[in-house]
Amino acid sequence: MFSWFGKVSFVPYSKISDFAVHLKDGHLMGTVCKNCGYTTFPPRADCPECMSPSFEYKEYSGRGIIYTFTEIAAAPTGFEDQAPYTVAVVNLEEGGRLLAWTGATIARDEVRIGMAVQVVPQIFEESEKIRVYYSVERPGTTWGKAPAPHLG
Amino acid sequence: MPRVGVIGIGHGRFGRRSDATVQELAFEAYRLAMQDAGIERGDLDASVVAAVPEYHKQRSVAGVVQEYLNLNPKPTWLTEVACASGSAAIRTAWMAITSGLHQVVAVIGCQKMTELETAEILALMGRVGEVQWESVFGTTFPGYYAMFATRHMHEFGTTREQLLEVAVKNHHYGALNPNALFRKEITLEKALASEPVASPFCVFDCCANADGAACLILAAEDRARELSDEVVWLDGVGCATASMSVLRRPDLVGLPSAQEASRQAYRQAGVTAADIKVAEVHDCFTIAEIMAYEDLGFCAKGDGGRYIADRRSYIGGDVAVNVDGGLKAKGHPIGATGVSMAYEIVTQLRGHAGERQVPGADVGLTHNVGGIGQYTFVHVFRRD
Repeated sequence: MFSWFGKVSFVPYSKISDFAVHLKDGHLMGTVCKNCGYTTFPPRADCPECMSPSFEYKEYSGRGIIYTFTEIAAAPTGFEDQAPYTVAVVNLEEGGRLLAWTGATIARDEVRIGMAVQVVPQIFEESEKIRVYYSVERPGTTWGKAPAPHLG
Repeated sequence: MPRVGVIGIGHGRFGRRSDATVQELAFEAYRLAMQDAGIERGDLDASVVAAVPEYHKQRSVAGVVQEYLNLNPKPTWLTEVACASGSAAIRTAWMAITSGLHQVVAVIGCQKMTELETAEILALMGRVGEVQWESVFGTTFPGYYAMFATRHMHEFGTTREQLLEVAVKNHHYGALNPNALFRKEITLEKALASEPVASPFCVFDCCANADGAACLILAAEDRARELSDEVVWLDGVGCATASMSVLRRPDLVGLPSAQEASRQAYRQAGVTAADIKVAEVHDCFTIAEIMAYEDLGFCAKGDGGRYIADRRSYIGGDVAVNVDGGLKAKGHPIGATGVSMAYEIVTQLRGHAGERQVPGADVGLTHNVGGIGQYTFVHVFRRD
């Protein structure tokens, strides 16, 4: 159900669609190649190193450091009501990067390169359909998790 | 392998061209290039059209251009690598000629960007990045380059003023270019006070969409010498790529594709950065020109802000950069831009640039970037 991921979905189908299901359950997942161990975030189904199509999910802590950011004033279609919003690129503690909005626990004017942050799985509460994403929050921010990932 | 020479160039006016279709724009540039080369339709073996399809209502734009130029049944094909499509057309024409398949090829870069409604443009704008992991957070084209700028300022102390000095320079030269969209100087104060777009960028950090076309006629060495007495040679064609996603890049303070493409082009042409007298670089946003100085080796990584502040990219400095106004002042009809860059370098190397002529220009380059550095083409041109 990759169509669950994002306020606006551009990619309804993917071999790593269960990523969105895990995110709804409160788990941020990267992938590990079952053949060579290549580990990556964002997740991908097919190993770029050994070409194996066999992978499993690996949970990431979501801890990281802001690498760069911008506050977007001129928003594209579907995001007008959010503007202005800050988009940050976060270097994750376990390796890999993600890009996401800064969330409610970080004020607009305190976003800095080098800031320690916690990436938190989120559900758009106002949406009738399931819509999940993740946001960049203050370290120590907690959230609800389903007991264990129920998908392999 | 024969050398490839430019024997004809043509350039239409860039701007909001509500008066013309894309094929009519293409015709303006084509007619001028054919007249400049002094050749006839029968002398051409093929054409290559550069355009980014999603801006046009007409699908498969090469077909309508080829018909309107009256070039049927000669072969044509379209090249598309976002904002670098024009340079991709030049590269494939170079390949067609060096392979021996064709002798004389017309390269036509054309784009009509104002055909779309604002809502359609805003929707397209939301899909410039990698759509699976990035566009879902409302990323925009200025937003991506803004993140490079934020990081560049953090690592190297580059300032807002240095960024906007790029816009001031390019407007200064754009005022002298009859084909430019904006033909007026701007002040640093005015630029700093413009509306925010994506921090740290405001309106004057960003180039503008435009309609327009440019054309080159390329020929194999023997034919070029036969047909022209002021051939400019395309001696280095570098091209490299980098990941679509900015999340998979080694850093966000430069474009690895530009660094690699320039190494290839310098090596092939047998020149170094120090030999370049005039350059057209891809200043879609102010930081992009500053990173270009560094990626092309005009200065060390991190020194780009000081390079413009010290006016080293003005005429009379180390390398005259974007003295036609660049994308910033000339406008950026994305399919035409790479060909327009080559038009300016050939004009400079022929010594025909008038008020904005770079004295002693004998070697020049174009640096044309697609997207956020997913593709970069660096072409080195030289006169005899």
